[in-house]
Amino acid sequence: MTDAPDNRPAIEFRHVSYRVNNHGNVGRELLHDLSLEVQRGETLVLLGRSGSGKTTTLKLINLLLTPSGGELRVEARPVRDWDVIRLRRMIGYVIQEVGLFPHFTVERNIGLVPKIENWPADRIHTRVHELLQLVGLDPEIASRHPRELSGGQRQRVGVARALAADPPILLMDEPFGALDLITRAELQREFLALQQRLRKTVVFVTHDFREALLLGTRIALMEAGRLLSVQTPGEFLVSTEPLAAAYREAFSAPLRT
Amino acid sequence: MNLWQFMLQNHTEVLELTLEHMKLVGISTLLAVLVGIPLGILITRWPSLNTPVLGGANIIQTIPSLALFGFLLPAPWIGARADRLAILALALYALLPLIRNTYAGIQGVDRAIVEAGRGMGMTDRQLLFQVELPLALGVIIAGVRVATVISVGLATIAAAIGAGGLGEYIFRGLAMVNNQVILAGAIPAAAMALLADVSLGWLEKRLSPR
Repeated sequence: MTDAPDNRPAIEFRHVSYRVNNHGNVGRELLHDLSLEVQRGETLVLLGRSGSGKTTTLKLINLLLTPSGGELRVEARPVRDWDVIRLRRMIGYVIQEVGLFPHFTVERNIGLVPKIENWPADRIHTRVHELLQLVGLDPEIASRHPRELSGGQRQRVGVARALAADPPILLMDEPFGALDLITRAELQREFLALQQRLRKTVVFVTHDFREALLLGTRIALMEAGRLLSVQTPGEFLVSTEPLAAAYREAFSAPLRT
Repeated sequence: MNLWQFMLQNHTEVLELTLEHMKLVGISTLLAVLVGIPLGILITRWPSLNTPVLGGANIIQTIPSLALFGFLLPAPWIGARADRLAILALALYALLPLIRNTYAGIQGVDRAIVEAGRGMGMTDRQLLFQVELPLALGVIIAGVRVATVISVGLATIAAAIGAGGLGEYIFRGLAMVNNQVILAGAIPAAAMALLADVSLGWLEKRLSPR
């Protein structure tokens, strides 16, 4: 049966590897033989320890890093056939440090991609206010600067910024990692609600097991640059994979009394 | 007569030399800015050029100023007129702080900001002009400030080769063994350096991202 266009995976890794480019010398291999499909509309969580290759995998998708081997396809086209700028503008990118521009107001920060895509000013303005509402922020915040915001507010702005041009794909690299637990839980809940509405294709990197179970439609477990397994949260909870068992154990340690 | 009276009496000459001095410093600093800032930007894009460019500017700085004036004398066109020579020499000396501060300013922009901008699809040019330069501006102006203040001092030596400026009074006073004449050159020069430092310092603060 041939796949209807909508059934093709949004992102497809086929035996992709990544080796650090060390000025022409053979560098360390950070990713080895990765084959993975990300379905349209799903939240695929890349779960793993530091150095597992999960961030490297993420950065290959928007070509912040270039694959050393294998084939990576986004929207059914190999990444080397994409114009880098076009590719990045149709992918929303949210990072842990947020990376808002301190010299821009919240409004200008959110409207960044629309602006460089030459949207008319009033359309940008409307969109910014739409997004502020979507991420649960007071519209009067639009004229403030990032330094006046709390960590949680900043990351909400970061998410709004990533969604501004309505990209089909969202890449999120431990976006809630730097926030306090309560704010993190809030944002996780809001993310779930947002996903219900928007149904974006999301690749979400985390080392937090509970976050993976909560947010992921599927969890891709990675270790030392290799993909160990891809399972639903339910499957993951009963998986016999040793690393999965280790995660369950680590996160179920009883609270100190 | 005291210094103040001396300066009042010769006010035309004092003014003339001051303006000459400002011209030497102004044109040379402008040239250094026009060459140094683009070079600073270049080495952030091509790190392999880092060592030759910064190294070259560094070597220029180590040449004693009077010696540099001496080297450039035999050069065609440049050496023909003393003020051209002085302006070139001053511009060369101003290069290092400008290149180095531009480089440091841009490199000092938070990596997360640059990564976010790049990841969202900003072109290199958009990143440079909309993000990196505005955020590096404070540090760059600090470089202009250092370069200007050094130039004001260095320009006093220009008088040794006949390029004019307040150094004229200093050298004349030394030859005449007349302190008043020396001070009539030294004090306005020092005041000029101070003024440049304060006003550029104010600009630097205003343009630094808070």
